[in-house]
Amino acid sequence: MTNYDIVIVGGGPAGLAAAVSARKAGVEKILILERDKELGGILNQCIHNGFGLHTFKEELTGPEYAYRFIEQVLDAKIEYKLNTMVMDISEDRVVTAMSREDGMYQIKAGAVILAMGCRERPRGALNIPGYRPAGIFSAGTAQRLVNIEGYMPGREVVILGSGDIGLIMARRMTLEGAKVKVVAELMPYSGGLKRNIVQCLDDFNIPLKLSHTVVDIEGKEHLTAVTIAAVDNKGKPIPGTEERYTCDTLLLSCGLIPENELSRNAGVEMSNITSGPIVNESLETNIPGVFACGNVLHVHDLVDYVSEEATRAGENAAKFINGQLKESNGEDIEIIATEGARYTVPSTINVDRMDDKLTVRFRVGAVFKNSYVSVYFDDERVMHNKKRIMAPGEMEQVILLKDKLAAKPDLKKITVKIEAE
Amino acid sequence: MEKRELTCIGCPMGCQITVELDKAEVVSVTGNTCAIGDKYARNEVTHPERTVTSTAVILGGDKPRVSVKTKSNIPKDKIYEVMKEIDAAVMQAPVHIGDVVVKNVCGTGVDVVATREVAAV
Repeated sequence: MTNYDIVIVGGGPAGLAAAVSARKAGVEKILILERDKELGGILNQCIHNGFGLHTFKEELTGPEYAYRFIEQVLDAKIEYKLNTMVMDISEDRVVTAMSREDGMYQIKAGAVILAMGCRERPRGALNIPGYRPAGIFSAGTAQRLVNIEGYMPGREVVILGSGDIGLIMARRMTLEGAKVKVVAELMPYSGGLKRNIVQCLDDFNIPLKLSHTVVDIEGKEHLTAVTIAAVDNKGKPIPGTEERYTCDTLLLSCGLIPENELSRNAGVEMSNITSGPIVNESLETNIPGVFACGNVLHVHDLVDYVSEEATRAGENAAKFINGQLKESNGEDIEIIATEGARYTVPSTINVDRMDDKLTVRFRVGAVFKNSYVSVYFDDERVMHNKKRIMAPGEMEQVILLKDKLAAKPDLKKITVKIEAE
Repeated sequence: MEKRELTCIGCPMGCQITVELDKAEVVSVTGNTCAIGDKYARNEVTHPERTVTSTAVILGGDKPRVSVKTKSNIPKDKIYEVMKEIDAAVMQAPVHIGDVVVKNVCGTGVDVVATREVAAV
């Protein structure tokens, strides 16, 4: 068994940023394990621009953003293994991996950083009635086919779900000569970023039908048509609203699920809401020395936030192996998300271990206009920030200050909620 | 006085911007949270622009396609013309990020450049 100070599972944006920050913090032996044939993760197929405005103050495409970090990993001579699948992580941080070149092997890690990212929700998880012909793809699969492999999945397209990847692919397929007939969204609001609705649908006059879903799929060998219908407020199709669209391609952009099989097997405690690990202020899971960041922790809409979060995970993993991540004295403060706020990351804070400033990220459960993000320390309201608009597709944040928390030694819980006034 | 409501695309914040116009002259821009928003709103109501991203054919590389972008924005009504010129381009590996794929695409004065490293094999 070989030994490494830090093993990072996943070489996408989270894994790369975590590796770079751990090296900057002085950690020598770092290993990134990546299952694809190259570093960069999903960014390599996200060829559209709009990445990096927060991190680099310029608008980059996905591959360019990824390369900024890949370059730093190469310059720092951080070790990485490609085409390598991690099979298991044990509670005492033994990582079992395999690849064609090296076979099966084990590594003892001083700390492990989980950075496996997420996966698209497949058709099988959506309960769409009808036949199961060829021509139905997750939006990300179509994105990989078009942008990496150079193949067009089809010519006449219907898209179910208005997540960002679906919106981006509506534009991409249109530019490559396909006809995108409609985007149907089950919810009464889009799960995608505003800018993508403007730039990917409105620019090309592609209709977005909110509160609609696919109720039939036709075609035995290959897809020939889909039928969509309006749904009521319980998500049930309304008879008489059916519209049939002939098409050869159906793209599904119906949500992303953190990929946590490894975490679960390791005994990491999971959140039912994010499907990601429950972490403390140091982005550490319930297993000491196992950290999580990026989309495996909770699905982000901005890679800049992934990089920032992963940088913190890398720094904290470095502190852990150097024995600087203090044993928590005293109680953890619980952060409770309620009344409009669905979850927070992190979900507990130990004041002794927190930095001077802590960014707490969360998502809202519905669209809120002219509402307030409120933070309560026990029963006392300490923050009350007005927001013009909040939507489930766009992550929100509040910043907590260490000195404010330290001034309240008896504080038991922090509550984040959305208030009308 | 004409009012136009826009969603800023300058960054993923997506600010809701209101532009007041008087006979095609911009009178005021409100709702933006940075200078990019002000600039975007003024441009969008007078001469809308977009960055085009796509892929180009590459020969002898370790990847079948090289991703590309217009180095800066081009007029929105030229998107399809630009796509045609990108589709006609053939690159030879190796290619580095920033290498020119199409010079002065469609006479816009803007180059199409590679956004990915492709090694020769």
